[in-house]
Order: sequence, then structure tokens, then C-alpha cells
Amino acid sequence: MDSLYQEVILDHYRNPRNKGRLDPADISHEDDNPLCGDQIRLDIRLGEDGRVAEVAWDGHGCAISMASASMLSQEIQGKTLEELLQLGKDDILEMLGIELGRARLHCALLSLKVLKTGAFGLTAWTGVEES
Amino acid sequence: MPSRPTELLNVAAIRADFPLLGHEVYPGVPLVYLDNAATSQKPLAVIDAVNHYYRRVNANIHRGIHALAERATEGYENARRKVARFIGSGSTREIIFVRNATEGVNLVAQSWGRANIEPGDEIILTEMEHHSNLVPWQLLAHEKKAIIRYVPLDGDRCLDTGQYDALLSGRTKLVAFTGMSNVLGSISPVKEMVAKAHAAGAVALVDAAQSVPHMPTNVVDLDVDFMVFSGHKMCGPTGIGVLYGKEALLEAMPPFLAGGDMIRRVTLEGADWNDLPWKFEAGTPNTAAAIGLGAAIDYLGAIGMDRIEAHEHAIADYALEALGELRGLRTLGPPAPQRGATIAFTIEGMHPHDVAELLNRDGIAVRAGHHCAMPLHQALGIVATTRASFYLYNSTDEVDALATALHKAQKLFRVG
Repeated sequence: MDSLYQEVILDHYRNPRNKGRLDPADISHEDDNPLCGDQIRLDIRLGEDGRVAEVAWDGHGCAISMASASMLSQEIQGKTLEELLQLGKDDILEMLGIELGRARLHCALLSLKVLKTGAFGLTAWTGVEES
Repeated sequence: MPSRPTELLNVAAIRADFPLLGHEVYPGVPLVYLDNAATSQKPLAVIDAVNHYYRRVNANIHRGIHALAERATEGYENARRKVARFIGSGSTREIIFVRNATEGVNLVAQSWGRANIEPGDEIILTEMEHHSNLVPWQLLAHEKKAIIRYVPLDGDRCLDTGQYDALLSGRTKLVAFTGMSNVLGSISPVKEMVAKAHAAGAVALVDAAQSVPHMPTNVVDLDVDFMVFSGHKMCGPTGIGVLYGKEALLEAMPPFLAGGDMIRRVTLEGADWNDLPWKFEAGTPNTAAAIGLGAAIDYLGAIGMDRIEAHEHAIADYALEALGELRGLRTLGPPAPQRGATIAFTIEGMHPHDVAELLNRDGIAVRAGHHCAMPLHQALGIVATTRASFYLYNSTDEVDALATALHKAQKLFRVG
């Protein structure tokens, strides 16, 4: 079994969860990685309690970026904005359950980057240097 | 498996000249290096030439009187003579050493372009250019309010030369195009395109970064006005490249970079320019790399560029057939011999990054992405491709290894 392409990753790639669009949404953002052409859009609706009520994402890219977006869309359900702000590189790696080299880290972190920019305007965040 | 071609070089003997190729990527995993369009590996002769230069020769060129300075200068200028002979130029005055093909294009855009391009003038490029032969002209066109026209593709194969004819007019001042696409592998009809540019009164520049390493090139026969290429893609070191220019054009051009070595006389009021080619070589150059490029040219020349070209055509044929047997795999570009051995492809249901990642597990080095040709990928309607690019040291066994690894990757992804 390949360490990077574990069944759970391939499963999320082939059967993405929460894929689609929410319109209108409270948070909507789209970004891409021009180096590899990966593109992800994220729509979030917040409930009256301020927690994430609905999530949808759309995009195209490699198995790592797509699986990461799919898993993140499940991970953030029911979380508060404060909790979303705390999410970082390690949370994504733990969620994916794999080790990644520098080049593929950008793929794995693209969905979280879209979330950070869309929800908090953190345009400079890449997470790659985060320890 | 396709039948094996006969017109092949003695790959085992050639590989013995390249120290890196004998090493494993991971323990027990031999290297299959198929990223030659990005950069080639270096034969021992080149590594030794650079090593010898620093161990025994090193001095600054053109100024010193001492023995080392003389030897360094002789080594550097001798490399220039080798380059001139290699591309059929009659004069070393036409050979400018630059860092790479990119710098060569920028030199022409900033020097010739700023002096000759006027508002409303047209520059013809193609949709399949590498960014290095696009962006310098876009900057120039923006500055001069000039217009860029693009020769479109004929499907996913090669240039639409009929459209090229239609774009040429009395307004065309410059035509700049690649000798061989770094994605499609298609070889441009350079001689005809240059002749048509000249008939329209335009100057022609050829980005030969992908063609000079792989086939015989004669600038006089092609009648190009400018040609650029990089040393590192033809077994030479990084940090050295060549701009060829017709002497009359170079003579009339203002300097690009200013500083030492490019002047004849300097006063507080101004300066006179040095003779060609040094007018365009400001500052201490990459002497060791130039000498290394000379050694690379000797190496390639001893094998013969015509034989290298034939070998790569045979490898391209074989690879296209082998890859064609994989379901869901689509190769781009024309068939051999209208193409070189640079083969980009897509696989249904797999992103190129995943393909490259999985090939890497089997020691196979390929490139994935847009290969610095984003407009080309946009024109083809695809985000990215995987690219396998071969050179003189690649064998049909390595093509088989690629096909086998691709099939394995498809099985993991349950496609194909």
C-alpha cells in the first residue's frame, strides 16, 4: 500500500463529500495554485449560534488537494469562527494522516488557505512554514 | 510492447559517461531520468572541465597580464569559438554569452526592441511559447504600445502555419517563436517561418532552448536574425546560455547591461562601447560555465547531433506507441519525425501531480504542471499535463519502465 495514496485519500478523491455550491452563503471564496492549476471554491453558511451550519466546496486538482478539501468540509461542520481561526497545518496533516513533502504541502493546504482568506481575510497565509 | 527501433545509440556506453545516472534515487530504486526538457544531466567531461578550471586556471578574464588570466581568457574565448562552430556561425562576434535563453530574449527585447519597436507595430508570437518568449515581449509591447499577435495551434498538434501567413503584414516588425515546443514536442518549420518573416520585412528570433540540444542547427542555413539557447539543457552547466545575433543587427543595437568589460573608454561624461561580442557582456561572466559548455559541445559533437536526433526520433516513436497502449492516456503533439522526444500527456481520472508523484516512487523523474506555458494549456483547454522528455542517454527499457509504472498508477487510482 502506498503511504501517500491511502484508501481514505483515494476514497475522498473519488467520492468527494459536500461538493457543490451554496448560494447565498455567508462566506464564499475561491483561490487557485497557479503552479499546478489546482482550484478550490468554498461556501459556508453560519447558523444563528454562529457555528458552521452548511459547507459546500467545488474545484479541481490532484487527489491530495481534493481529498483535503473534502475532509476539511466535514471537519469544520458545527465549529465556531474562533475554532476555524485556530486550524493550522498540523490539523490538516493529522486529518489526512500522511506525511507530505514541501511541494505537495501546497496542495494539501489550499482548501484551508481558501477558508482563511474567505473567513478572515488572511491573504498571506500559506501555512507551509508553520511548525 | 511495441517492436524495438534499430536506429539507436549505444546507450550503455553513453550512460557510463554520466556519473549521476548510475545512482539509485532511493535504496534499490534506479533512476529513470525523463525530465530533460527541464535540464539535462552532465557528462564527466563537463564536470571535469569545470572542476579543472577552478582547481588550476581560475582568474578574471580580459584584463589580467598574468598567466592564469591569459589561460582563463583563452578558455572562455575558445568556448565561444566552439559555440560559433556548433551552430554554424561564421564569427565569434555573433556569439553573446548570457545566463540562459531567458536572458537572451530579454536582451533582444530591451536592446533591439526598445530601439526599433514603435506604437502600432506588430510582434508575432505563437500560442505555444514558453513564458520566457512571451513575457519579455508583453512588457515591451506595453511600454511601446505595440500589438502582439499570436499564431494559434492546429488542434493539439503543432502551429497553424496558414494562420501565421495571414498574420504577417507590413506592420509586423518582429516574429519570435520556439524551434521546438517544450510541451507538444512539435518542431517548428524554422527556415520557412524565418523566410516569410523576412519577406514581410520583419526580424526573426528563434527560441532554440529545446531544439539546439537535440538536432543539428545551422544559423546561416536557417537565416535567423536572433537565436537563444541554454547550456544546461545540452549537457552543459547552469548559468550559461547563448544569444546568437547577426553581426549587423548586434552592431546597431545599444548595450543591454552596463558596467565593466562592455566599454572601451569611460570618462565622467560618458563612455564608448566595446566591440562585439563584449559590448553585451557587462561584468565578470560565468567563465567556468562557458568552458563547461564548450566541453559539452565537444561531447555532443563527438557523438554527432544527427545521430542524437535519429536516436530521439526512434525513442519518440517507440514511446508514443507504448504510451498509446494505456487506456485513458492521451499524448499531445504530432507524430515523429515532426516532433522531438518531449511527450506531454494526460490520463483520464488522474491529475498530473498524482501521476508524477507515483512515478517518482518508481524512480522515474518527469515534470507535471503547465511547464511554463500557461497560455498553451489554456488554448488546449487543460489545466496541466505530465511530461516525459528524453535525451541521448535514454533507452527503450526506460520507456517500458515508464509505461509499466503508469499502468501501476492507473490501477491504484482504479482508472484505465
